Amino acid sequence: MEEKKNPVMKHAVMTDPGSGKQYKLVRCRINGVERETMVDVRASLTDMLRNDYSLSSVKKGCEVGECGACNVIIDGECYNSCIYLAVWADGKDIRTLEGLMGPNGELSDIQQAFIDEAAVQCGFCTPGVIMSAVEILESGKEYTRDELRKLLSGHLCRCTGYENILNAVEKTMKKRLSEKEAAAGQTAE
Amino acid sequence: MYDMKALYEAESVQDAVRLLEEHPEAQIIAGGSDVLVQMREGKRAGVELVSIYGLDELRGVKLEEDGTLRIGSLTSFSHITKDPLIQKYINVLGEAVDMVGGPQIRNIGTIGGNTCNGVTSADSASTLHAWDAVIELTGPQGVRLTPIKDFYIKAGKVDLRPAEIQTGILIRKESYEGYAGHYIKYAMRNAMDIATLGCSVNVKLSADKKVFEDVRIAYGVAGPVPMRAVHAEEAGRGLEVTDGNIEKIGDTVLEDVTPRDSWRASKAFREHISKVLCKRALREAVLRAGGAV
Repeated sequence: MEEKKNPVMKHAVMTDPGSGKQYKLVRCRINGVERETMVDVRASLTDMLRNDYSLSSVKKGCEVGECGACNVIIDGECYNSCIYLAVWADGKDIRTLEGLMGPNGELSDIQQAFIDEAAVQCGFCTPGVIMSAVEILESGKEYTRDELRKLLSGHLCRCTGYENILNAVEKTMKKRLSEKEAAAGQTAE
Repeated sequence: MYDMKALYEAESVQDAVRLLEEHPEAQIIAGGSDVLVQMREGKRAGVELVSIYGLDELRGVKLEEDGTLRIGSLTSFSHITKDPLIQKYINVLGEAVDMVGGPQIRNIGTIGGNTCNGVTSADSASTLHAWDAVIELTGPQGVRLTPIKDFYIKAGKVDLRPAEIQTGILIRKESYEGYAGHYIKYAMRNAMDIATLGCSVNVKLSADKKVFEDVRIAYGVAGPVPMRAVHAEEAGRGLEVTDGNIEKIGDTVLEDVTPRDSWRASKAFREHISKVLCKRALREAVLRAGGAV
């Protein structure tokens, strides 16, 4: 039989007859690797990523979808994983800050820019903000400062270092766009 | 961990209806940005949930054969804003839902959830009222349609009968063709805030752009549920497009709005901005319709 590419497997909720608790086998791709685990249906995606996969960049902040500290990318879009049921992750492609690391532990350009621009103070909001920045940067579009402000508005930084965060994202956006332009120029020649 | 008794995941609309019939106490969960937050706050302790989040058949915007725009109830705010059909025919709805919460909330929040929660401040609700939207509900007896103004019963309560789910929001061709609109959200912050007041208007101008053939004015937070300013609309129909007439229409909205005092703003302030937002939104809508004031 021909093997299908990226089969979307839907699993059913199962009930443990002893405790009455419900579980579901959640199979998904996390940072490029196919993973599966049995999750309690009451778990949030934050719970699953932190407890089952030790992805501690996914922070527990407000836990009501306001602060953005738990932000992850699911199928290319940003979501606050605290208000996303873990069972919904079945069949999804999930990316967290850990997935940005290079093969030899290198930082990505956006992470380096956060360091260079002193956009990290206590660091608690940083992973969430960087994942929003990743979605912004991967769109390949050029945004104005005001547009970037709006695109990053789903994050609260209680150290209030917003200007430096904007500087880091804007700088990386411009750098990537000029590199893309240079690469396109070379191909044209 | 959320405090829930059980979760049932629907595999189809029919399956959702069946699950709701089997579990009459269950709460429907779409994107969860209301339901899960309420659970986190300790409300709905031990609730049973029927999740419809996986029903991709309820996502997306389509143009039906008769020109009706059909918005699947699970379409997220960000997908509505990006949708080419929305941009072409009722761009103001895309603009309105682009003011909900922040980017992550707009990715998870659904237009169906925004209307089924029965909240007056919902950014989509006033605009949907302004465009005479029709709500499609699917239940054990099949599909029924209801105008959005009848869908809202009272604060937090909509006409969702036992085992029914909202499956679509329809905007008929006669509701949008020839109209141009504008939505203004008045809030304390530019993001992650709830409207102090929201005003959505649309206008249809005569061929020479000199006369208001039709005016529709809708509000959120001007009363317990989203509403239309029927007296002001009546006053505006047939008037010449002039600054003085826009002032007149805007002043008439006080016959319609019934805002209240709350910790966000006083009744007096809400009444004041009801007029101001209506006039500003009308001026912008006239410009968008090709007219001038």
